[in-house]
Amino acid sequence: MAVDETKTRYTIPVGPIHPALKEPIRLDLSIDGEEIVDVDVVVGQVHRGIEWLGMNRNNPIQNIYLAERVCGICNICHPFAYVMAVEQAAGITPPERAEYIRVIIAEMERIHSHLLWAGVAAHEIGFDSVFYLVWRVREEIMDLIEYVTGNRVTKAMFQIGGVRRDITEEQFGRIRQSLDYYKSIFDQLRTVFLDDRTIRMRTRNVGILKTEDALKLLAVGPTGRASGVPKDVRQDQPYGGYADLDIKAITPDMLTGTVVGDVYDRIVVRLLEVKQAIEIIERCLDEMPSGPLLVEQKAAKLLNMLTKAEGEGIGRAEAPRGEVVHYVRLEAGRETLSNWKIRAPTYVNLMAIPAILKGGQIADVPIAFASIDPCMSCTNRAIVVDSKTRNKSLLSDRELHELSVEKTKRLEAQFDS
Amino acid sequence: MEILSPEAIVKSFKTVLGDSLVQSRIYEREVAVKKNLFRAIWIYVKREAFRRAVEHICELQEYPHLAIISSADLGDRVELIYHFTLYYGYHLQELSLGLRISLAKNDLKIPTITDIIPGALFTERETQEMMGVEVVGIPDNRRLFLPEDFPQGVYPWRTDETGPQDMLRVLPGRQKKYGSG
Repeated sequence: MAVDETKTRYTIPVGPIHPALKEPIRLDLSIDGEEIVDVDVVVGQVHRGIEWLGMNRNNPIQNIYLAERVCGICNICHPFAYVMAVEQAAGITPPERAEYIRVIIAEMERIHSHLLWAGVAAHEIGFDSVFYLVWRVREEIMDLIEYVTGNRVTKAMFQIGGVRRDITEEQFGRIRQSLDYYKSIFDQLRTVFLDDRTIRMRTRNVGILKTEDALKLLAVGPTGRASGVPKDVRQDQPYGGYADLDIKAITPDMLTGTVVGDVYDRIVVRLLEVKQAIEIIERCLDEMPSGPLLVEQKAAKLLNMLTKAEGEGIGRAEAPRGEVVHYVRLEAGRETLSNWKIRAPTYVNLMAIPAILKGGQIADVPIAFASIDPCMSCTNRAIVVDSKTRNKSLLSDRELHELSVEKTKRLEAQFDS
Repeated sequence: MEILSPEAIVKSFKTVLGDSLVQSRIYEREVAVKKNLFRAIWIYVKREAFRRAVEHICELQEYPHLAIISSADLGDRVELIYHFTLYYGYHLQELSLGLRISLAKNDLKIPTITDIIPGALFTERETQEMMGVEVVGIPDNRRLFLPEDFPQGVYPWRTDETGPQDMLRVLPGRQKKYGSG
């Protein structure tokens, strides 16, 4: 074609090796020079059939632990949504104290997840000193999570009809100590991320998702909110202790006065959500109701009850990345679930990726893609195919990362001169 | 935009769809200390009225959120549920709305809604490859999660002969648990 004779177009498949994602992903980028003209998202490289296991192998209680392993980072919100769906289907109402404990650990997860993201985002643009700083700061919340739940990653706090462990008065002091630490360094984090000129240069007006696109493509979580969609399950739908707390969805205009919908706005939203999470935990500690933790202590009795139950339920929870949805159906006399469908937030946010990347540069792919927080990991390797000769050359994650770092240095040099 | 109560929403569906609305159910549950209500609506419509029902949901809120399509193999029928949420952005006003359609196994077809809600594409592609329901008019007919070399005519979510039973690995010393043979 005439176009090909004058211009060399490349197709760059980015991925699919993506260790931190539930579904490692491949992005097929069509490149014209430095500019991305089209993006195709290819998913499913590691589809594990978790829903199938839940319907054929595990009983509903075993499924809690399976749901916890859907994602390493979101291991609170998946069981949270799952137990809510089962409770609805079986007609169980969890005790009030359990609802508050659920909220506390869910917000702890949000703090650690957003800090993890902030570190990786800094790394993507080659700002590694910030990456080290943020991950060091994150250790405090990880220690707190371990102190409260007994584990850093899979916490096994959830049970159908309540939670498995209490948070007692004696523990409040230690929890408040960690929250105070975060409050004391919050302004420093805010200065680093929002006022630093390197971060601003690499994130302002990069990877823009317009409000209308976000609505049409069903973007959820910080990705949607940064584009001005005030959608937050904690605000919208009464669930858990959140129903008592008058939560407001955070949009970037609360801080900056405008909504651009770029990577910078996504940083603003996540940063403010860390502060919001601290406030939510404090309120939960102040207002924690007393009472039992579980509707039914004995797992065997609970299982018997669930086997007899008939019904369906839908559970929604706000994960750090957006809305998690679990749909469950129970059939009387059947030990396993008769239907289970999971919707993770990245599932819908991926549809916004073409809109975010189009018109951008290759060097912006790592930060723009990471900005939806697709469970943190970034581009692992890319093959550059010359469309005329079909020659392949391998662009490793390091080379792509170096491209990104070079861009930061170039922009800084321009700024200095 | 006016925020309607679940009863009023069900009533509006009755007005719009008439006899095509087969069944409806409202679920309410009190939550936590202040006893705010979690609310969900389940609406069961005939396939002919499915597109009209989705359009009506868009009349209730301009951009309704479609979370996912879940599907179940019920023997001679396949049931699809389109899980919507309405009234997000309003404090504690959000409703879950499950739009349920039942399809006969010998006529597994459902019209696409990507022209109304572009973000429905992924979940329609998933339903098509996993349950074998043909989405008529889908703009991107490729598979989503299944690899390219996955056999044609096998649908992982089915429990009948088109299911994945013959592909399951049986561990040494174990009996085959599902499927034929």
